[in-house]
Amino acid sequence: MIDWLQGLGHRTLSFLERTGRANLFILRVFAGVPALALQLRLVVAQLYAVGVLSLLIIVVSALNVGMVLGLQMYNTLVNFGAEASIGPVVALALVRELGPVVAALLFAGRAGSALTAEIGLMKATEQLSSMEMMAVDPVRRIVAPRLLAGILSMPLLAAIFSAVGILGGYFVAVGLLGVDEGAYWGQMRAAVDWNDDVVNGIIKSIVFGLVVTWIAVFEGYDAVPTTEGVSRATTRSVVYSSLAVLALDFVLTALMFGDI
Amino acid sequence: MMRTRTIEIMVGAFVAAGIAALFMLAMKASNLGTASIRDGYQVTARFDNIGGLRVQAPVSAGGVRVGRVTAITYDQEDYEARVHMTIDSRYDRFPSDTSASIYTAGLLGEQYIGLEPGGADDFLADGDAILLTQSALVLEQLIGRFLFAMTEGKDG
Amino acid sequence: MSAADEALVTLRDVSFGFGKRVILDHCDFRFMRGKVTAIMGPSGSGKTTLLRLIGGQVRPHGGSIVVDGKEVPKLRRAELYELRKRMGMLFQSGALFSGLTVFDNVAFPLREHTGLPESLIRDLVLLKLEAVGLRGARDLMPTELSGGMARRVALARAIALDPMMIMYDEPFAGLDPITMGVVMKLIRQLNDNLGLTSIIVSHDVAEVTSISDHVYMISGGKVMGDGSPQDVRASASPWVRQFLYAEPDGPVAFHYPAAPLADDLLDGETAG
Repeated sequence: MIDWLQGLGHRTLSFLERTGRANLFILRVFAGVPALALQLRLVVAQLYAVGVLSLLIIVVSALNVGMVLGLQMYNTLVNFGAEASIGPVVALALVRELGPVVAALLFAGRAGSALTAEIGLMKATEQLSSMEMMAVDPVRRIVAPRLLAGILSMPLLAAIFSAVGILGGYFVAVGLLGVDEGAYWGQMRAAVDWNDDVVNGIIKSIVFGLVVTWIAVFEGYDAVPTTEGVSRATTRSVVYSSLAVLALDFVLTALMFGDI
Repeated sequence: MMRTRTIEIMVGAFVAAGIAALFMLAMKASNLGTASIRDGYQVTARFDNIGGLRVQAPVSAGGVRVGRVTAITYDQEDYEARVHMTIDSRYDRFPSDTSASIYTAGLLGEQYIGLEPGGADDFLADGDAILLTQSALVLEQLIGRFLFAMTEGKDG
Repeated sequence: MSAADEALVTLRDVSFGFGKRVILDHCDFRFMRGKVTAIMGPSGSGKTTLLRLIGGQVRPHGGSIVVDGKEVPKLRRAELYELRKRMGMLFQSGALFSGLTVFDNVAFPLREHTGLPESLIRDLVLLKLEAVGLRGARDLMPTELSGGMARRVALARAIALDPMMIMYDEPFAGLDPITMGVVMKLIRQLNDNLGLTSIIVSHDVAEVTSISDHVYMISGGKVMGDGSPQDVRASASPWVRQFLYAEPDGPVAFHYPAAPLADDLLDGETAG
């Protein structure tokens, strides 16, 4: 029993220590971001690696999610004779929640894990050390561009997810299930508020982008420089950032939509 | 180094796609495309019961949206609910004896305010109050009245 | 004392450890300008730590580390980075940037720290690659290089900014005899032609003693041997002799500390 308590205490302390290091780390990274204005090509290269290469999974998932939403919601709404409301239901679900959250989870799995593995591997093969010894700060040169690219990509990916999802819902509802096209878009337009829904969703995705990328680069930078260490860091990165996204989603939703 | 050019093109396309998606969401999916209430004048109305009316609910005349509910308060002097609304300044010819009623959109829909124009010569202006109002229908009161009418009919 | 006898790097009374583990215990080292100095010892004896202390990647618990007149542990980040531009370091695996070609790897320090135009950088890179014999490999990616070639490219990168000193971390580890000979030749030649000060950490005794001017041997956090290669070879210290002549048992015990064998076997029988 005592051992268990001691273990718990030890784990809590090391968790707090790690979180502290992660915070100091992110401050260091932020300090290096302004200098990136002079080295935009680094950010562009990372936007490609992190954003463009995530497009395929985002678009395919969004299409499927939108189509499933259309199908499922139709089945429920038709019981109330309210199938004309399927437009707003699909749009609101995507724009407020599914767009930012699912896109962030997919991003964590695809781009986040790649970032952790890449940085962890650079640490394990002493590339980060050798860069330091060449008087180039790896936090500024390697980490900062990746963080910025993550924060910039996430809202774009979330918007693309929502838009493609709405189109997917359109295909199913209007194309397959016979809902009136005008009703789909018209009702949607009346129900989705730019400020309250779309902009809030974008704010969510920016926060998610920051958190997911932060966890990914920190885990990579802090990884134990062995094969096993990098592999564990990659797993941790995906798990922690997914949990963080879901927890933050609740907090943000409560703040943004709770009072309505 | 030739790859850099391809990379830049693809990143540019990615950012363009993201912006296009945002644009699509703005125009086709949300109410940004429709004329939002930019300038408007404030009008108040008092009701016994506002039912399920909420802030941001639409104010319509003839089924067309002309304004928005901006605030709902309770007046402790005359024990009535006071609804503040903004009417688009384009629609500035509501007679001063216009009436406001609370309706429900559809069977399960949200509640909104419907304006019925009167016949007075002067028009509603900023800060005016609508005097003729009809409160929302509350389900319990309806049932109560129905039961009462039924028992009345039986006796009579 | 002439300039040639001056020590470029001096470590005085330096101590370092992790928690309870002592890695260096009040050690003194002097690395003379223009000379090749070797540091030898068994694995885990703190050789790599020594290089990290000199490069300022870690701070000692006690003692002073002076490089070209500068107290390394006391330098602030900007000053440390300025000093590092004049130091070259060759890591055990080469540590080339896996995403860049050989050319871009060698050009990296030039592009980062000098404002030179691309045409000039191109010439410098080609010259550095020529010095290590790999000018023709300039468009290969690091994954396409053999271990020895990767190390030579890393060497070209280390001399890109014409440093005053180079540190080598196990440069001969895992190389075939031919490549080893090539690397040995390069280290000595570059040291003499470019007037460098070289510090080599290695446990390949024959190779490293053949090209060094001075040798340090460390074990258990202390300096066990210190002198020219001939002096050290003639040393009477049992520890030095065990290391130099590759004897399996001696001051560094063959057996990891354990109970007597008889007890262990008997325990197994009674418990089973």
